[in-house]
Parts: sequence; C-alpha cells; structure tokens
Amino acid sequence: MIRRRALLGLGVVALLALAGPLFSPYPLTLVTQALVVAILAMSLDVLLGYTGLPSLGHAAYWGVGAYAVALLATDHGVGLAGCAGVGVLLAAATAAVFGLVAIRAAGTYFLMITLALGMVVWGLAFRWVSLTKGDNGVSGVPRPELLASPLPFYYFALAAAALVWITLGLLVASPFGLTLRGIRESESRMRSLGYNVWLHKYLAFVISGAFAGAGGVLWAYYNGFVSPTDVQLVTSVEALLMVALGGPGTLAGPVVGAGVIVFLKNFVSLYTKRWLLILGAVYIGVILFAPRGVVGALRGRARE
Amino acid sequence: MAEDVLRLDGVARHFGGLRAVDGVSLTVAPGERRALIGPNGAGKTTLFNLVAGTLPVTGGTIRLFGTNVTGFPPHRRAALGLARTFQITNLFLGLTVLENCLLAVQALTPVRFSMLRPVGGYPALQARARAILAAVGLTGVDGAIVANLSHGEQRQLEIALALAGAPRLLLLDEPTAGLSPAESRLMAELLAGLDPAITVLMIEHDMDIALALASRVTVLHQGRVIADGSRDEIRNDPQVREIYLGV
Repeated sequence: MIRRRALLGLGVVALLALAGPLFSPYPLTLVTQALVVAILAMSLDVLLGYTGLPSLGHAAYWGVGAYAVALLATDHGVGLAGCAGVGVLLAAATAAVFGLVAIRAAGTYFLMITLALGMVVWGLAFRWVSLTKGDNGVSGVPRPELLASPLPFYYFALAAAALVWITLGLLVASPFGLTLRGIRESESRMRSLGYNVWLHKYLAFVISGAFAGAGGVLWAYYNGFVSPTDVQLVTSVEALLMVALGGPGTLAGPVVGAGVIVFLKNFVSLYTKRWLLILGAVYIGVILFAPRGVVGALRGRARE
Repeated sequence: MAEDVLRLDGVARHFGGLRAVDGVSLTVAPGERRALIGPNGAGKTTLFNLVAGTLPVTGGTIRLFGTNVTGFPPHRRAALGLARTFQITNLFLGLTVLENCLLAVQALTPVRFSMLRPVGGYPALQARARAILAAVGLTGVDGAIVANLSHGEQRQLEIALALAGAPRLLLLDEPTAGLSPAESRLMAELLAGLDPAITVLMIEHDMDIALALASRVTVLHQGRVIADGSRDEIRNDPQVREIYLGV
C-alpha cells in the first residue's frame, strides 16, 4: 500500500517535471505557487492530520522564514543557502518558544492559543517598522541568478516540495510518526503505555514549524515581496482549509488542497472580490460531502 | 523478604466534599494475584487512576517497587514497570491492530523517537508485537482497523497492549466488562495463563472470575478498605456478605 502510494507520488513528480516546459507563463507561476504553498500545507498536516493538533497560527512560522529571507537578501546580500538556513532555523526557534505555551492546551484551546501567537507575529510584522518596514513590506527580494527565470524556479520549487514530501513521508511512517498518530487517537492510553505525550507533541510542533519556515523561505523568493499579509490570519486559515479540503492525515491531501485553493483563488478573483465567500462555500461543501477530504474520500472508496 | 510491589499509605482522593478514596492503605507482594472488589461507587477505578497516576492524590503516599511515585506522571510510573487496562476500552481506534500493539511494544524503548526508518524497518519489534497478539489469541487481524473489531477482540487487545511492555505490575480494570459468558470464560483462561512473575491487581465484578483468579481479595466500600484477606476469609466475612454479596 505504502509502496504503491510512493510510486504514484513519484509518478506525479515526474509528470510535473516533464510538463514544465509545456506550461505557458501564467499557469507556470500558478503551479509554482501551488508547490510552494503545498509545503506549508504538508507541514501543517503533521500537526493537524497526524497529531490531531489544529494549529491556527501556522502563517507565523511561514512568515518568519519569509521575512528572514527578505531582510537578509535585500539589506545584507546573503545568498540562498544562508537565507534558507537562517529562515528555517528562526522558524524552528519561533515554534520552539511558541510550543512551550501552546502544547499545554488541547482542542479548541490549542486553536485559540496558536491563533493568538500567530497574531503576535503579525503584530510584529506590522508594527516593528524599523525592522520589517511595516505595512509597506519588503520588496525586491532578489532571486539567485540561476533561479531568476520562471522555469528554473519551477523546477527548484518542485524539487523542494518533493523533498519535503519524502522527508515528511518518512517521518509519519516512522516509529515517531506512529506515536503521533497514537496521540491523535488516545492521549490517555499513550500516557499509560509510558509515553511522555507532551514531549512528542512538542517535537512535532517544532518540526512542523521548521518545515513551514522552509515553505516561507521559498515563498519569499517566489513572490519577491514579503508583507504582513503573508503572516495574517487568512493565510493560516487558508493553510488549514487546504489540509481539510485535501484530506488530513495524508500527505497527498494537503498537496491536492494547495493546488485546488491556489487555482480557485486566482481563477475566482478574476471575476469577483468575494474570494473568501467562495472559499467558505467550498469548505462547507467538503465538510458535508467529503469530511475526510478529497484524498481521504478517494482512499475510502478504493478500500471498499 | 522481597520488596512490596505496591504499597499505599493513607491514599486519599477527594472531589470537593466527596471522598471517593478515603485513606486506603494496602500492600501487594510480588507475584500476588489480588482482586479489588466492592459495590458500584466504592472508589475502585478512582484508586486505579491514583495508582496509575492519571489522577493526583489529595493525600497519602504511593510506592511502586519501593520508589515513592506519589508525584510521578503516568509515563514515569509505566517506565518503572506498571501497566494497566481500562474499564471502558481505550484503544487507538483509527489504527490497525498491529500498529496498536507496536505502539505498546516500542513505548519503553528508544525507538519511539526514531524518525528516519519506516515502522516496518524494525523486525524485532514487529516480531514481538505479533507474538503478543498471538499470546492473547488475536491472530489473522493484524491489518484490521481496531474500530472494526468486535467488542471481545477489543478487550483482548486491551490486555495485549498492557502486556506488551513486559510489566511487573498489571492493573486490570474489569477485563470482562461487556463480554458474553463464553467470551468471559476465554478471558478468564487468558488471565489464568499469565506469567506468574507478573503481579496482578484486578477489579472484577464477576465474583466467580475474581475469586477463581485471585488468591487475596481487598474489599472497598465508600472509599475505604473494609476487609482484606484470603478468598475464604472474604467469602465468610459477615460485613462483606452484608454490603457486597447482599446476603
């Protein structure tokens, strides 16, 4: 089963790689965007789908990664490796601090606390003008020369998303990943078996934050512009919807969800400004007709 | 003389004005099979939760294998060799039978933090999990999702999870709860066949099973120990007969 899914996933990656030169410019940027956002959605799913922790502040770690790149690359001329390293580390460090506060809570309270912590980062991005340039954001983030044109960057994003998919796939299939699913199913049983549940959740939180940061790093290069919008609540909600829509507890799900949301968002906004209204309707539809998400529903049907 | 496996001194748990467990002292010796009986609301499950660490005590001390564990969280007590089952089945319902058992097998090994190899890459743990499942009579359902098992099979899995960590003290909270008479007999056989080195403290409503498996019986009533003795002593204790056996 797992082998078949891995083959299917690799097939999709290969297809996307082959299709690269065939895309016209606008679809190419959209697919690239979907791949970058998919990293955020996959990282969130480690918490939401596998550990059962609904984080509503994931834009915070994504934003820390993105701002790190934007500030280092524009003001200090730091290269890709340096920016990526610092971005991921800072995102992980932020998650390590926030996790100390958030992991004490469960369920809706966890949701509220992660939301509040996300707002703290948004507040800093918005108000700490001397560092973040406030509402104006940081523009003109330079891409490395090799990735300057859209097609190479597309391949870079594809490789990054595939790498995250493989790494997180290994993580969730590992004994540690099994402990996360155990926590999702029954914390009290995990405790009585001898697991320090807090520690496992905390580790998952930090790992998830680090990967969200990696997505943010890519986002800064993709967009060339980082502003408080990237850190705001709507970004966290969209990530949560991608996971819910695609199928929590699967890694393919968030990728599918990211694709659907990115395309819907760009397509719908051609016709109306009421994008969030459409998003809400889509979400209600999924909850009613495929509560386990698109991928979850497909797998359930395949099993029957 | 060997050290007591479990020693409670004046253990109490009050919920507001309600004294659910009210100064219980008892000792359980190595290898003993002890039944804990008492009418509904006597405080049996609360006492289990205090011993396992699920609930903090409001008074008294708990010693496990000579260590004062009164302030220990549940996982540290488990690490000392304590395992328990739950009265209301508490399993990982969305996972497979094998995954449930693997979680129990890896719980006290460093493998639980391993992230780089899939679960299948640890053949020793897999073999142990399968052996435990076979020992409780759950074979051929490794890949089944636990939510789809029958109640009887879920009770067997409860025991498997508790045994997987090779515990020295096993707390069984009504292992036959909700089982048919035939399933109860199977469960009783399974429990009778447990390694004699494992000390067992068991809550059981079915008096036949409790008295068949246990050599000593402790009777709890309104949060207090009212009798403690051999099977026959308990059977003939007039106070016990009055409040518990309803004679």
